[in-house]
Amino acid sequence: MIKFIFKGVIRDKSRSLIPVIIVSAGVFLTVFLSSYFAGVFGDMIDLSARFTTGHVKVVTKAYAENEDQMPLDLALLEVGSLKTQLNAAYPDMEWVERIHFGGLLDVPDENGETRAQGPAIGTAIDLLSPGSTEIARMSIQESIAKGSIPSKPGEALISEGFAQKFAVSVGDEITIFGSTMNGSMMFKTFIISGTLNFGNAFLDRGAVFIDLRDAQLALDMEDASSEILGYFNDGVYNDAKALQVMESFNSGHNVPEDEFSPQMMRLVDQNELGQYLSLAEHMSSIFILVFVMAMSIVLWNTGLLGGLRRYSEYGIRLALGEEKKHIFFTTLLEAAIIGIIGSVFGTLLGLAGAYYLQTYGLNLTGMMDNVGMMMPAILRSKITPELFYIGFFPGVIATEFGNALAGYAIYKRKTSRLFKELEV
Amino acid sequence: MENHSIIKIENLVKSFPVGKGEFIALDNLSLGFQKGEFAGLVGPSGSGKTTLLNIIGSLDTPSQGKVMVLDKSVSELTNRQSAQLRNKHIGFIFQTFNLLPVYNVFENVEFALLLQKMSATERRKAVMDALEWVGLTEKVKSRPSMLSGGECQRVAIARSMVKRPEIVLADEPTANLDSRNSHNILQTMKNLNRELKTTFIFATHDEKVMQYLDRIISLEDGKVLKDEIVTDPKN
Repeated sequence: MIKFIFKGVIRDKSRSLIPVIIVSAGVFLTVFLSSYFAGVFGDMIDLSARFTTGHVKVVTKAYAENEDQMPLDLALLEVGSLKTQLNAAYPDMEWVERIHFGGLLDVPDENGETRAQGPAIGTAIDLLSPGSTEIARMSIQESIAKGSIPSKPGEALISEGFAQKFAVSVGDEITIFGSTMNGSMMFKTFIISGTLNFGNAFLDRGAVFIDLRDAQLALDMEDASSEILGYFNDGVYNDAKALQVMESFNSGHNVPEDEFSPQMMRLVDQNELGQYLSLAEHMSSIFILVFVMAMSIVLWNTGLLGGLRRYSEYGIRLALGEEKKHIFFTTLLEAAIIGIIGSVFGTLLGLAGAYYLQTYGLNLTGMMDNVGMMMPAILRSKITPELFYIGFFPGVIATEFGNALAGYAIYKRKTSRLFKELEV
Repeated sequence: MENHSIIKIENLVKSFPVGKGEFIALDNLSLGFQKGEFAGLVGPSGSGKTTLLNIIGSLDTPSQGKVMVLDKSVSELTNRQSAQLRNKHIGFIFQTFNLLPVYNVFENVEFALLLQKMSATERRKAVMDALEWVGLTEKVKSRPSMLSGGECQRVAIARSMVKRPEIVLADEPTANLDSRNSHNILQTMKNLNRELKTTFIFATHDEKVMQYLDRIISLEDGKVLKDEIVTDPKN
């Protein structure tokens, strides 16, 4: 009987082709968009983790409350000892110090007078230690527009946009004005070793990168830093592990009445990333729900039209002694065949599309000039194991459901009218 | 004679609700059919021919009275039992051939046997036998769209006969055929009736069909007007 039904499905294009196309299209969209959102949200979270949040972050309680202002006076102290403790307690993580500071970037003319000035957002990372992982983590090398990474103290990287705006280039001097950790005035001159273009307005706008040690000296932050970021060694954020590390650290270090005591935060606790992560996780479920409902309605209609077209066939089958429930069952069997074929096609198409977007990406650099969010300029999808079934099962279920709704009419058919109905 | 009755109808009444009243399609009708009869129900439209075929074919149930088909009371059959009765013991031939267009001749005839869980070898033999009866062994691979009306009706006959039913019910089987094809079809059915002792019951007002009938039951307003044995039917 299965062979018989399969022949019918294959030969009758109107029974198979349109539903297969509908299912394929739906499954394709589910797979492709799921991979797209997994990729974009994943990259967004990864970008945030690498640049601002870490997988976990240690700051003082007071700093956490005023982080937007980059308050150096609320920075972590005795970070050397704290890092030693962190390395010992959590050996499967890497811990790095960073300093964020605001200031005024001053460009002198040939006489040493101010030629141009503008606000700068400084970030100090370990640029000079041999084996520093920060350069790779922040994709500094790949983002160099001109020049090179600082090779000695006193050198700085500035954003390409900044360099163009102030008409400075590699080898020129710039001076950064600001205030030290203790509140006294700071000014320090750096030589531009290179310019950077991350392709993201959030990162590029007014960005100045200097070595951590230079910043500590200039800002009177000996053995201090704004924050210590922790990264899992496999590079992948794991919320359960992050929670475990956070709870363990906070239970040993957090003193409620001491606003300078260090506290640890997970990635999801910062910058509303938890919501994004949750959205990314639920996006596939939302797609599947919408897809199953929409496809079911479309396939219900297709099934109804097919049922009308095959009215005589069902009548003959009833007259030949086939039970209604058997006809209904074979309708579901046909739907399963169509659903499986459509879902396989749709999944393969979706994976192909996802692979293309993962490999080549969608470059939106030109559209990101005014984007204030930390998100990648090149949107890429991500192929995950879930994609192999995320559209497949909903595709089959939607086909079955749609056909079950349509096929229910078989039970309403009155055999006593068969002779009359089949006269036509 | 009574012992060989395969269909016994006693005081059959079939009524249908019409508005607040009801329409009596069959009115206290009693009949019997013997194995191997080639009988016809004749009469004008609305006389109850098709309704009677429906009830004999267990497609419908009586409002009152008793209808026994192959010793089974039609009123007492469950849906499943009705389907099984049709599947194994009753063949149907319709005015329009109602072949399944996506299947070829062989597959159309084979379909009735697929429901009987017969082995592929047995099915093949039964189908080829049935196609041989109707002279269509050369057309096994043809689709219905490639056949003439007469050939389509012969496929329909093969489909109804392939399971070797005791009873074949035919509703105006020649209505869509020309004279030559009608005679061919009737001749084929007559031969099968003779060879396999299958009981054929027709609902018709076609004179050509009546020439072949052994028994003509005239119906009018749901009642038997006349029930006559034809002494010299066309063979």
